[in-house]
Amino acid sequence: MRVMAQMGMVMNLDKCIGCHTCSVTCKQAWTNRAGTEYVWFNNVETRPGQGYPRRYEDQEKWRGGWELNKRGRLQLRTGGRLKRLLSIFASPVQPELADYYEPWTYDYKTLVDAPLGDDFPVARPKSLITGEDTQVTWSANWDDDLGGAPEMGHLDPLVERVRRESEDKIRFELEQTFMFYLPRICEHCLNPSCMASCPSGAIYKRSEDGIVLVDQDRCRGWRQCITGCPYKKMYFNHKSGKAEKCTFCYPRVEVGIPTVCSETCVGRLRYLGLFLYDADAVTQAASVPDERDLYQAQLELLLDPHDPAVVAAARKQGIPEDWLDAARRSPVYALAKTYGVALPLHPEYRTMPMVWYVPPLSPVVDLLAEQGHDAEDRDVLFGAIDALRIPVEYLAELFTAGDTAVVTDVLRKLAAMRSYMRGVNLGRAPDTSIPASVGMTQESVYAMYRLMAIAKYDERYVIPKAHVEQAHELEEIGCALDYDEGPGMYASSVFGEASGQRVPVAVETYHALRQRQTSDVPAGSEELHGRVNLLNWDGNGVPEGLFPPRHDEEAPR
Amino acid sequence: MSVVLWGVLPYLVIATLVLGTIWRYRYDKFGWTTRSSQLYESRLLRIGSPLFHFGILVVLVGHIVGLLIPESWTTTLGLSEHAYHIQAITLGGVAGFCTLVGIAILIVRRRTTGPVFMATTNNDKAMYVVLVAAIALGLLTTLVAIGAGAHAHDYRQTVSPWFRSLFRLNPDVDAMAASPAQFQIHALVGMLLFAIWPFTRLVHAFTAPVHYLFRPYIVYRSSDAQVPAPTGRARPGWSPVGTADRDRRSR
Ligand code: SF4
Ligand code: SF4
Repeated sequence: MRVMAQMGMVMNLDKCIGCHTCSVTCKQAWTNRAGTEYVWFNNVETRPGQGYPRRYEDQEKWRGGWELNKRGRLQLRTGGRLKRLLSIFASPVQPELADYYEPWTYDYKTLVDAPLGDDFPVARPKSLITGEDTQVTWSANWDDDLGGAPEMGHLDPLVERVRRESEDKIRFELEQTFMFYLPRICEHCLNPSCMASCPSGAIYKRSEDGIVLVDQDRCRGWRQCITGCPYKKMYFNHKSGKAEKCTFCYPRVEVGIPTVCSETCVGRLRYLGLFLYDADAVTQAASVPDERDLYQAQLELLLDPHDPAVVAAARKQGIPEDWLDAARRSPVYALAKTYGVALPLHPEYRTMPMVWYVPPLSPVVDLLAEQGHDAEDRDVLFGAIDALRIPVEYLAELFTAGDTAVVTDVLRKLAAMRSYMRGVNLGRAPDTSIPASVGMTQESVYAMYRLMAIAKYDERYVIPKAHVEQAHELEEIGCALDYDEGPGMYASSVFGEASGQRVPVAVETYHALRQRQTSDVPAGSEELHGRVNLLNWDGNGVPEGLFPPRHDEEAPR
Repeated sequence: MSVVLWGVLPYLVIATLVLGTIWRYRYDKFGWTTRSSQLYESRLLRIGSPLFHFGILVVLVGHIVGLLIPESWTTTLGLSEHAYHIQAITLGGVAGFCTLVGIAILIVRRRTTGPVFMATTNNDKAMYVVLVAAIALGLLTTLVAIGAGAHAHDYRQTVSPWFRSLFRLNPDVDAMAASPAQFQIHALVGMLLFAIWPFTRLVHAFTAPVHYLFRPYIVYRSSDAQVPAPTGRARPGWSPVGTADRDRRSR
């Protein structure tokens, strides 16, 4: 047993209101750069819907992830190593920009500069790729809220499959519609196929916390990872010619702050915490023959942090005590394993994804409420879960490779929690039969309720800090998605400005913040080397770099 | 003149190639990439790129065999000069032709596909000129050889000995000077190509990922690798979104 720690996330889909705040803040933090205009490390898609990039789940076409070869061994869906190397000159199935969308901006300047006239000036859309006028025809969430579903609903690969498998049709008529939002980031898989497809070996998993990163200095732009990732969460920066992906906001996580998407989530539906898993068992778990056993296999990989044998093995691997403590308090472990209500997205891709989802009960509840039933009554809910086959089948395609029994089980737990807690809140005697009917105890239902409904900040996010003595191991190098003004910023080192250890990005922000709070000179400019950190700017003076240099000042340079 | 061209210049080129590559590797790992444009267009690329790359790989092998293996060795193996010549010309001709067609497709694609053309730097354009010239001239030597039939010039008596003598640090200038003009020009352009190599996107060839065949699929890293010295400048890859980055003058 080789115990390793993995940062994981759980999203409670019932709470997602589809506001895209997470996507926007993530974009502001990471991909508001030339070359990544079309890139959303975090995106929110309406399901049923095509997703982003369009129909990415159709692996017959995109060939992402793993499959079992004839001998039952795990192999990338695009083939063996030699075959892949030979197809390096033109990736056979790489999505094109059109499969994402052509990013655009508007020509806002005309609004101000247009000469006086009879017509109102308009800001035309301009392609960010060519700079020419363009027609906006698609975006990362064009089919938001089922927009266009009557025409395009059938283009969802899962709808296709559910239709094929059931005689019932998923109809996109209003009265029978169900929908929910699915926020997606990189899954930081235990068995990442992006990594396995990288010819240069530039993609790596940090052994301390399992975050998957691309070493920007080793990536050579062979773009095989983009095909390799079944979730299409590996992106090609067309300006730098390198692959980029969600970083799990590692500079923040290292200092114990949640990722930007979690921190800003309006629905407070994201949970962050540690998993302990057995790294030696990953390949075997990913190779179980029946797709429907993959969820169970993945669950078995997660080790119980309360088990003394696990703790001893973890200590032997050098996992620090406070990390073990965090693992014991981990909300993601609780939701995924203890309560068993969080499910992995598309386990059938065999990458062992580490972002888990609590499937939404709301399609069922909404329907019941609409029809005038009591949507908090256990029997009504249970009956509806069984009767409403379409939502359940659809969710099963998403989370359990089509195994409806698991999804039904989870939904029943959520329904049980709902009706049990209603009784409690109404001051009735707690109905002990409800927890028992889903194999839980009153205590565990209540604890689950606390975690899922009350969801205090420090219960949602249990993030152990990176260790200072490990700081050099949690390299920030390799991932060029940061600034490296680094050391000597707050104290000069022995060998002058550029020597010494670099300071993690989030630490930099923290220091800047403290400096601003305690000083009476304008914030920012000098410490940030000409960059402006608007978050820290207190409106005091004009920091250097806030405005572009004036032309007359530019001349002498 | 000959001494300069065939005795001094080659060493300058080798020095540029080696030092330039080392320099680039040390200071511009972030810029070391294929700069693939498949995201913009892939229909033509899927034809042109493999045609070009596989063609040029065969051409490379042909050059290695032709330049490094002395004629006496192949004759000892029972391969007559004539037979060698025929196979070299056919194979080289076909491969060279594929390469040329491939790069022609790629250049047409580059010129006609808007986004791809936008992403073409001046550096790329200069590189394309030299690359195409080298390939075309190489093919020309083959055509001349075909035209001359049995009287074709045997470069393995002139160019090859010169090439090998370079590595013995005792350049056989006279041998090269004795070769026909088309070979000399091809060699000169070839040298130019190698001299600019480290400074163009061609560097990606030096990191051909052959080790992919042997490495483990999953890479764990916890290295205490040396942190690169901070430069004090914002790192590459952080230019703001907007059409301005498409401004050709800023390149
Ligand atoms: S989801 Fe992330 S870790 Fe998993 S294969 Fe895709 S890019 Fe790699
Ligand atoms: S911020 Fe939260 S609620 Fe809003 S779309 Fe993202 S995950 Fe959903």
